[in-house]
Amino acid sequence: MPLTDENAPVVAQIVDGAVTLGGRPILRGIDLTVRQGEFVTLLGGNGSGKSTLVRTLMGLVPTTRGEVRLFGSPLTRFKDWKRVGFVPQRASATSGVPASVWEVVASGRLSRRGLLRPLRGKDKDAIADAIAAVGLSERVGDGCSTLSGGQQQRALIARALAGEPDLFVLDEPTAGVDHASQQAFAETLAELVRRGVTTVLVAHELGPVAPLIDRTVVMRDGRIAYDGPPLASFQDIEGWTDRGHHHPGLTEAAVDHAPNVGSPFDATTDGRQQG
Amino acid sequence: MSILAYDFVLLGLLGALFTGLAAPAVGTYLVQRRLALMGDGIGHIAVTGVALGLLTGAAPILTAVVVAILGAILIEVIREKGRTGGDVALAMLFYGGIAGGVLLTGLAGQSAAKLNSYLFGSITTLTTADVWTTVVLAGVVVLVAVGLSPQLFAVAQDQEFAQVAGLPVRFYNVLVAVMAAVTVAVAMRTVGLLLVSALMVVPVATAQQVTRGFRTTLVAAMGIGTVAAAGGFLVSAYIDVAPGATIVLLALAGFTLAWPVGAGLRRRQRLRAPFTAAAAGHGPHDDGHTVVPEDHEHRHGDDCGHLAVPHEDHVDYVHDGHRHAQHGSHYDEH
Ligand SMILES: Nc1ncnc2c1ncn2[C@@H]1O[C@H](COP(=O)(O)OP(=O)(O)OP(=O)(O)O)[C@@H](O)[C@H]1O
Ligand SMILES: [Mg+2]
Ligand SMILES: [Zn+2]
Ligand SMILES: [Zn+2]
Ligand SMILES: [Zn+2]
Ligand SMILES: [Zn+2]
Repeated sequence: MPLTDENAPVVAQIVDGAVTLGGRPILRGIDLTVRQGEFVTLLGGNGSGKSTLVRTLMGLVPTTRGEVRLFGSPLTRFKDWKRVGFVPQRASATSGVPASVWEVVASGRLSRRGLLRPLRGKDKDAIADAIAAVGLSERVGDGCSTLSGGQQQRALIARALAGEPDLFVLDEPTAGVDHASQQAFAETLAELVRRGVTTVLVAHELGPVAPLIDRTVVMRDGRIAYDGPPLASFQDIEGWTDRGHHHPGLTEAAVDHAPNVGSPFDATTDGRQQG
Repeated sequence: MSILAYDFVLLGLLGALFTGLAAPAVGTYLVQRRLALMGDGIGHIAVTGVALGLLTGAAPILTAVVVAILGAILIEVIREKGRTGGDVALAMLFYGGIAGGVLLTGLAGQSAAKLNSYLFGSITTLTTADVWTTVVLAGVVVLVAVGLSPQLFAVAQDQEFAQVAGLPVRFYNVLVAVMAAVTVAVAMRTVGLLLVSALMVVPVATAQQVTRGFRTTLVAAMGIGTVAAAGGFLVSAYIDVAPGATIVLLALAGFTLAWPVGAGLRRRQRLRAPFTAAAAGHGPHDDGHTVVPEDHEHRHGDDCGHLAVPHEDHVDYVHDGHRHAQHGSHYDEH
């Protein structure tokens, strides 16, 4: 797997980013540059700010400081959303009205489809391929509410795949997905890596995708605690996230400014879950 | 069918047909967002609009459209901004709307009966202008609801995903709110402001009993709504009651019929769903297999009467809680 190429174009970037939610600073001092073709995993404990970071990248959360750029243009002026595929965390594939697997996945194709324009053969192929990639081909016509939780998660992965993105951002896409499907998912990602797709993957368990990773970013308390080559094991990640266990590579400064355990932010409930 | 001889019945029927088509079309998106009661709220606010028309002498249908649109946009803003306390603010808006309507009607020196004809529909007071306004506005709503269905579906399904797909989410949210407001206003002469929400929601709930996809639900709900609105309107003309009552009761009767059918269909579908390798625990290609010990009095086959369910490359016959598959001269337990 090619490691980061310093000269590759920048696909996603946050410079000195800070995010405040509900009056509380959630992300501080975020500098992150993802280059074309990179496969970056974002790790960190619950509440460390991983989802907030990727949502900031997707323009779903406003920054209070700093700038976000996608494919070279500032988010405010970015229009090329068809190049971006997003799998939100714990989203549900169901709503108040039945929707078939095909319909949900087809909505991932909208960014490449104009208003009032029927689907073309190419669109239909992309949708069918995306459904096949997550192994739901036999259930295309079934209602999403009849799928299991893990199958719904796979449908949401397919929805993002259907848009044939150049930048693929996934927030814990395989939570609740069984081992065989995770294996298939890793193969799909490997194929995308071969095609040069840039990937940002938030995960708690890497499992079969581990060999694909070029770079690991570890979040802690809303800051980036580590950014570098993949860590050998989760033991190492513990070293970067757990302050009690002092890692030799960790500089004093990084330890100092992070308020210690029982961090005040954990007390606030996650207000993002909107009704 | 002598009732059809009356011009106002024909006119009213035209209005009812278009209302029955438009209300479930918008209602599908409201139900999809789990905002089934939004139509009800807009209906309450529109009461003030009607009263404003009665007070100023302007056409009530137009003042109702304007006030309903303003109210719907306000609801949308409160929904977007206020996470907590939003529903209380909405409730106050609803009560304020209906109380304001009653007050203004009184000030205008109009009787409660006059207002009633807007609350529960009325055939005899329909004007030709009302009907043409209904046909045009409802027609536009139907065209938008069907033509933009991929976009409206995506936004209602997952707002954040739609935003990352580059869709103007806020625009579509407001568009749905405005469509709901227009539908409420044009429906007031047929179903009436207090019952219009039923025509938005009940056909959708009925269609869902038998559908699995969004588009089929949308189309089926529109069909059911049209039948209920036209049928209910004719019945009301015949027995001389407010059309809102008969339309809604007819729609509810449809739901009552569809529900057991839907439950039966879903059960049948569950039973006939193919067994997968994962669900079977062990596939037929496992080395060991379990031979069914008892003798069968008949051969399982196409019409042996037992439920036949596809399982990978063969068929399992389900009886007495077991799954039997033919293997040479005997049956295996799967
Ligand atoms: N809308 C919000 N308002 C206020 N605080 C929020 C909001 N959303 C998230 N937070 C807070 O921001 C912090 C980071 O949350 P985030 O969802 O980014 O964590 P995460 O690293 O993705 O965690 P997990 O592993 O559980 O997914 C948490 O302390 C959370 O309580
Ligand atoms: Mg998260
Ligand atoms: Zn049999
Ligand atoms: Zn079998
Ligand atoms: Zn048998
Ligand atoms: Zn055998």
